[in-house]
Amino acid sequence: MKILKRSILIYIFLFFVWFLLTGFKAQELIAGSVVCLIITVIYNSKALAFEELRLTPKSLLYSILYAVIFLVELIKSNFDVASRVANPKLPIHPGIVKVRTKLKSKIGKLILANSITLTPGTLTVETRDEFFYIHWINISTDNIDDTSRQIVARFERYLEVIFG
Amino acid sequence: MAVLDILGAIITLIGSLFLLLGSIGILRMPDVYNRMQAGTKATTLGSMMFLLGLGISYIECGCIGRIVVLILFILFTNPISSHALARAAHHAGIKLADVSIRDCLKDDEQEQKGASV
Amino acid sequence: MAEIIINIAGYIALLALALSFIRMILGPTTADRAVALDTMTIISISLIAFIASKSMRIIYLDVATVYALISFLGVIAVARYIERGI
Repeated sequence: MKILKRSILIYIFLFFVWFLLTGFKAQELIAGSVVCLIITVIYNSKALAFEELRLTPKSLLYSILYAVIFLVELIKSNFDVASRVANPKLPIHPGIVKVRTKLKSKIGKLILANSITLTPGTLTVETRDEFFYIHWINISTDNIDDTSRQIVARFERYLEVIFG
Repeated sequence: MAVLDILGAIITLIGSLFLLLGSIGILRMPDVYNRMQAGTKATTLGSMMFLLGLGISYIECGCIGRIVVLILFILFTNPISSHALARAAHHAGIKLADVSIRDCLKDDEQEQKGASV
Repeated sequence: MAEIIINIAGYIALLALALSFIRMILGPTTADRAVALDTMTIISISLIAFIASKSMRIIYLDVATVYALISFLGVIAVARYIERGI
């Protein structure tokens, strides 16, 4: 059952990318479906990332919400960088802080670290088990619980539902 | 479609301004980590908007699918490469700038070394 | 009208490329140069897409995609080299 779900997800992903690259042409779609099937059969024992994805209506809804919140944060972070760079005094108080995450799955941690890198003023430097070391451009607090709440919590709520 | 052309052109212009901002940030910031912050964020959104604007503006050439693939690829790989570089820089012992306040990672590394000896 | 705005955007991206090249020459450490190179490749991808759209040749977008792939691998290799040598 698990292998079937994983194979179907890999196949859909590969075929979607192929479709975006070629567009609506009957020959290319048929050739692509055959090639995608071969790749899925060969590699489905190695692509373990898709196994952790949950496929319930709630997780689907939360993925869409997550995408919206992520885009808003990305735009906010760009204006944050803009205001700091354009200011002649360069108002930065940087340093590396430590945060704790509750996520267990590997792919969930990957997406969380990527999102942290693209949100206002933070950059993931190192991950060790459940701790992330984050370079923060404007440190306001030292306590690990406060930093976790300020940086991680807004994404963690959604990723917990999507990946578990 | 004149409206789509103008809309795409304006999105492209905003994207190029973000790209310029990222380069200015790379020039002005004091150390590697701050440069990475400015570089990654501004260039990710900037190149995404630049490509999207071009795709909207030249929609008749049928290249929007490829541009979407390119945008998704940049969105996923750009943070990973900057994370790898930051980790490598810290591992190689490149110091933070003098204005920095604290460095938890260095403290923890030294603590580990002390415990193992 | 739209053509003029897109041309201006292309020149601004070119200016950004030049500015990050200055950082690549100045950069005191290897990591600085790698960061500047990473930024330059992203801007070059945008410029390749710009040229592809201006000259109406979709095949150049494939060049941009492959360039993005290879530059990602290159940056990972450079990071590995900085971390522990070859």
